[in-house]
Amino acid sequence: MIRRITGWFNRHPRATLGALLAGPLGWISIVYLGSLLILLMHAFWSKDSFTGKVEPFNWTLDAFAQIFSNPVYFTIAARTIGIALLVTIAAAAIALPVAYYMARIASPRKRALLLVAVTMPLWASYLVKIYAWRTILQTNGLLGWAISPFGLEGPGLTEIANSWLVLTYLWLPYMILPVYAGLERIPNSLLEASADLGGRGWITFRRVIFPQLIPALAAGSIFTFSLSIGDYIVPDLVSDAKFIGNVIYDNSALGSFPVAAAFSFVPIIVMIGYLLFARRLGAFESL
Amino acid sequence: MKRFKGVTLLAVLALLVAACGGSTSESAAPSGDEKPAGWLEALGAAEGELNLIIWPGYAERGEYEGFNWVDPFEAETGCKVNVTAMTDSNNGVQLLQSGQYDGGSFSGDASVRLMTAGDVAPVNVDLLSNYAAVFSGLKNQAHNSKDGMPYGVPHGRGPNLLMWNTDVVTTAPTSWDAVWDGTAAVNGKISIYDSSIYIADAAIHLMAKRPELGIKNPYQLNEEQFAAAIDLLEKQRDLGVIYWGSYADQVAGFASGDLVIGTTWQFMANVLGGDTTAPKVETVMPAEGSTGWSDTWMMATKAANPNCMYLWMNHMMSAEANGQATVFFGEAATSEAACDYAETIAPGHCELTHASDEAYWESIWYRTTPREDCDDADAATTCKTQDDWVEAWTTLRGN
Repeated sequence: MIRRITGWFNRHPRATLGALLAGPLGWISIVYLGSLLILLMHAFWSKDSFTGKVEPFNWTLDAFAQIFSNPVYFTIAARTIGIALLVTIAAAAIALPVAYYMARIASPRKRALLLVAVTMPLWASYLVKIYAWRTILQTNGLLGWAISPFGLEGPGLTEIANSWLVLTYLWLPYMILPVYAGLERIPNSLLEASADLGGRGWITFRRVIFPQLIPALAAGSIFTFSLSIGDYIVPDLVSDAKFIGNVIYDNSALGSFPVAAAFSFVPIIVMIGYLLFARRLGAFESL
Repeated sequence: MKRFKGVTLLAVLALLVAACGGSTSESAAPSGDEKPAGWLEALGAAEGELNLIIWPGYAERGEYEGFNWVDPFEAETGCKVNVTAMTDSNNGVQLLQSGQYDGGSFSGDASVRLMTAGDVAPVNVDLLSNYAAVFSGLKNQAHNSKDGMPYGVPHGRGPNLLMWNTDVVTTAPTSWDAVWDGTAAVNGKISIYDSSIYIADAAIHLMAKRPELGIKNPYQLNEEQFAAAIDLLEKQRDLGVIYWGSYADQVAGFASGDLVIGTTWQFMANVLGGDTTAPKVETVMPAEGSTGWSDTWMMATKAANPNCMYLWMNHMMSAEANGQATVFFGEAATSEAACDYAETIAPGHCELTHASDEAYWESIWYRTTPREDCDDADAATTCKTQDDWVEAWTTLRGN
């Protein structure tokens, strides 16, 4: 009996493939894509202002009209994208020297230790790290205490720069690792050739190493950009700014699901654009 | 592969439309001709299980010494209690609407929505022996009754108070002016609740300062009144406000000195009072009155365990359970008997929370949902809706 079944599957390779893929594909399409679809459909449904309930399949563009008629939504989106870009740039600026040292200069033992050091923050809980930064950034927190001899005060928990700082800290390992991997891939012979042709340190870096690193940087930036654009816990806890995620959360918490769903199109569209751009830069080969 | 993907997507869409399309034909109309849905004519046998949605701290099982009102209930009735804590009112509404719970403790902004939508059932209070003893000021209020029928039993109530750091604010304030007008000492360190419902507090200030606006109910505001409230909030924001979303943020802020004045619940004042390293704080109910909240235990219309739910509602009005629960949270008890019990575990509690002082509660506006019809008998009036409030708050905080 079993041999008959296996025999049949052997003769029909497409059926074998289908049966094997049915499970994971079913999971992705029904559970993941399906729930995402329902979420996004809410943006096109109306809400009964009397009972406060969403009216499914009652198609309307009211939620989008609200988003476009109030300029604050644009301000919040611009603020979020701006911070996400700043986080990406800062993370890249820190990751390059660190990864370069790890890949090219450090001894194997130091390299191993540094790898552990870079990934160790990932072992700690996300919330614990943010609360640690809160105690540092409070007006008389650790930072305030350290700079008080110079007559300065701590930033307090209302500065938007705090969000930039903490987000960069959180996503730094995700930028360092792809850049490190990218640097490791550059063969030594290339650098020797560049030196032979008269290129000193900075020229070699600018014209030989950096172009090779663009895919790796793009790959790392996918993490830093997408994680920053969607974050709402960091701006809530260390600053008083509202990001896209905060607006979506606040609206959901108070029952305005159509507006929340409509506004969530913004990060989705931005990320699609960003991923297409990153793909062009070769990020997906280097992930 | 391309065809495979397209077919899968189509199949998913078809499944979804079929699944969702069916549920739209359901209406919220109650079944039966005379008896409303979920009405219990008489108490039957306990079902053995009870699934509740609660505010954190509303169903304690002895994690804190001396506070356990769930175990005695289970032992007495045989109803095993399973709780889910809600994060906020809307989360609570969603949980109840999922149909998997028998009931929960809801604040006014959730309870009104649930009653209007028919998600909770009217309660036959004749079956609840402890109901008669509850303070009359808590019965048949806008947030726990509809068409003259009670829709739940009270758990406790509390006001939003003005709290200040006594080292920085040396003269005790008696009015909300302190957070609206600002002074050099407090600017930049004002603590305000981060929710659209706070617009009502602005309305209360306007009721005292600008009576020409004619605000009758701080939760039901017309175009002009609403614009004035938002204007006031923008001025306040420019003084330098730090908005708090969770009570722990406010406590940490006052303890570190980042905050020196703001709106709070008695609970936070108690926490700060218990912290010997924190600056000394005082609270007051300002002369203009304030917003407040009154939580009600309500039963779902489609509750699977209605008898256990009725037993729980009666239990939560009993002296021991209500006394313990309200002392634990720092809110006012719901009956004289509960107050007497509360005196034995926390002397002065009922006096501090004004549990039986009905005159005190006259000046307090319980949280409720802003409605387009202004929740009044006058059909000509229109007010800003909940959605308008949420959007205005987003605009205020987002800019």
